[in-house]
Amino acid sequence: MASKSGSVNTGWKRVLGAVPLHVVLILICIAWSIPSLGLLVSSFRPKSMIATNGWWEAFKTPFSFTLENYAYVLTRGNMGRSFMNSLLIAVPSTLMPIFIAACTAYAFAWMRFPLRKPLYLMVVALIVVPLQMTLIPVLRLFNKIGLTGNFIGIWLAHTAYGLPFAIYLLRNFISQLPKSLIESAQIDGASHPTIFLRLVLPTSIPAISSLAIFQFMWVWNDLLIALIYLGGTPDVAPMTVTISSMVNSYGGGWEYLTAAAFISMVLPLVVFFALQKYFVKGVLAGSIKE
Amino acid sequence: MHTNYILMAIVALAVIPIFLWAYLMITERVAARVGKKAATVLRPWFWILPAVSLLIIFLVYPVVHTVVLSFMDARSENFVGLKNYLYIFTDPGMLVVLRNNLLWLVFFTLVCLVLGLLIAVLSDRVKYESVAKVFIFLPMAISSVAAGVIWRFMYEFRPAGTTQIGTVNAFLTALFPNFVPKAWLFDRSTNNIALIVVGIWMWTGFAMVILSAGLKGISEDVLEAARIDGAGEIAIFFKIILPLMMPTITVVATTLIINVLKVFDIVYVMTNGNLGTEVIANRMYKEMFNYRNYGRASAIATLLLLAIIPVMIMNLKRFNAEEKNG
Repeated sequence: MASKSGSVNTGWKRVLGAVPLHVVLILICIAWSIPSLGLLVSSFRPKSMIATNGWWEAFKTPFSFTLENYAYVLTRGNMGRSFMNSLLIAVPSTLMPIFIAACTAYAFAWMRFPLRKPLYLMVVALIVVPLQMTLIPVLRLFNKIGLTGNFIGIWLAHTAYGLPFAIYLLRNFISQLPKSLIESAQIDGASHPTIFLRLVLPTSIPAISSLAIFQFMWVWNDLLIALIYLGGTPDVAPMTVTISSMVNSYGGGWEYLTAAAFISMVLPLVVFFALQKYFVKGVLAGSIKE
Repeated sequence: MHTNYILMAIVALAVIPIFLWAYLMITERVAARVGKKAATVLRPWFWILPAVSLLIIFLVYPVVHTVVLSFMDARSENFVGLKNYLYIFTDPGMLVVLRNNLLWLVFFTLVCLVLGLLIAVLSDRVKYESVAKVFIFLPMAISSVAAGVIWRFMYEFRPAGTTQIGTVNAFLTALFPNFVPKAWLFDRSTNNIALIVVGIWMWTGFAMVILSAGLKGISEDVLEAARIDGAGEIAIFFKIILPLMMPTITVVATTLIINVLKVFDIVYVMTNGNLGTEVIANRMYKEMFNYRNYGRASAIATLLLLAIIPVMIMNLKRFNAEEKNG
């Protein structure tokens, strides 16, 4: 903003005046990336090096990097299986709430029925309910019907937990579609399912994408729900659970911990860089109405 | 066992859309049979039924049930009145927990807001704005578990005089020759702040993104007019930008508060709540799994809900106002 208004400060004074601004900003950016950089570099260093000198020494010759740490955690450290588990948990847990929320959001936006407003207010209120309030009763229910320690239970739980925000976000989007669009389709004789599947869903792709990324990241990075409903079974543990138990058992085994942590970060980082626009949109939609 | 799950996942992915599609079609048929008027009444209920039943089973009913359990004993057999709540507010261990949550609430929220705003304002004035923002926002994509590993490594401690492999101790030793390396996560005077720093590292990007969007919404003309009147950049920030951004700041603060009250993963991975770092959510987990005291665990969860209810009411009010304005 300041740079566009050159009327007060001109020439050298302006260039010099901007120096502190760049210094502060660049320092913050460096400080923010150092932790992740240290992890990434360390994960490629041999065990003996990590334990004896700082990761920044890796840039001094002679270089010594290795893929050993990754090979170890992927094969013997259970990370390979955990990666599959994370994927098996996250993908259905992302798609299920989206489908269910979309038709609910459509009904809330374009149909009239008694209790519509109170029910929708309930959805809005549920967005912020701490999940801790649900753990004991749901765990007891799961124990009773045999859904603990397997994926079906956690799919259902993540779906239900994701619904309030998903319905809220999609309703905001769907209710802003032009009224004439929906009405003219109705006049042409299209039924609600047709309008929903052929018209509303395709036009809602931007909102659905934001939501999908958000929910995927949430489930992928979740620790609490997996800890509670999957129990301690390593067979079904996602990466977050496996890594946190590695922290307990290895403590200072940095060569394995850094590699394992980086493996768990790869997919979210790829999603983040590839679909940054939608991710940011999802964050914005969650807090302010555009 | 494992291949079964892969199969199940594929089936789930294929079956769910088909099932939902079939559900909508069948209910539409049913609606068509009962006549047009009855159909208009019935149809919305068919459409919201899957979501509403999931919400009732997994959220509404459990919340009510947990509140009831909070008035009962460890095995949920006898009614004990307010005993669990009395415990929460008098037990010395619990008081440490409450103090820690307060520390998190104040430092995490304030620093995230101030840093987020600072970065939003600074980056707004440079050409590499989007690149700078990526650096700050990136930790949002990382799980708290990975962040926990990253920062345990940052805080790694070696006795004074030996080579420090933890970045924080190495940096401070290099900068101040007299600095004595610290075991940040074990020292009771620093460990809570050390954990809060991790939270700040993860969440400042969130605050920055939203505040930056709010900042872009301020009209350039207003700022230009103030500059022509001779106002300095700092005065403009405090007298014009800050007041105009108050609504956005409130929204960010609320979201940060909701999340900080529930903080769990960072503490679980980094210290497991030992050495005076326990927070509400970790204590609830321990009461539930380690001590098997469902009464206390429920009371602690209910405390969390009570703390969040004001935010919930604010959200509902905001929603009502938005609906009225169209």
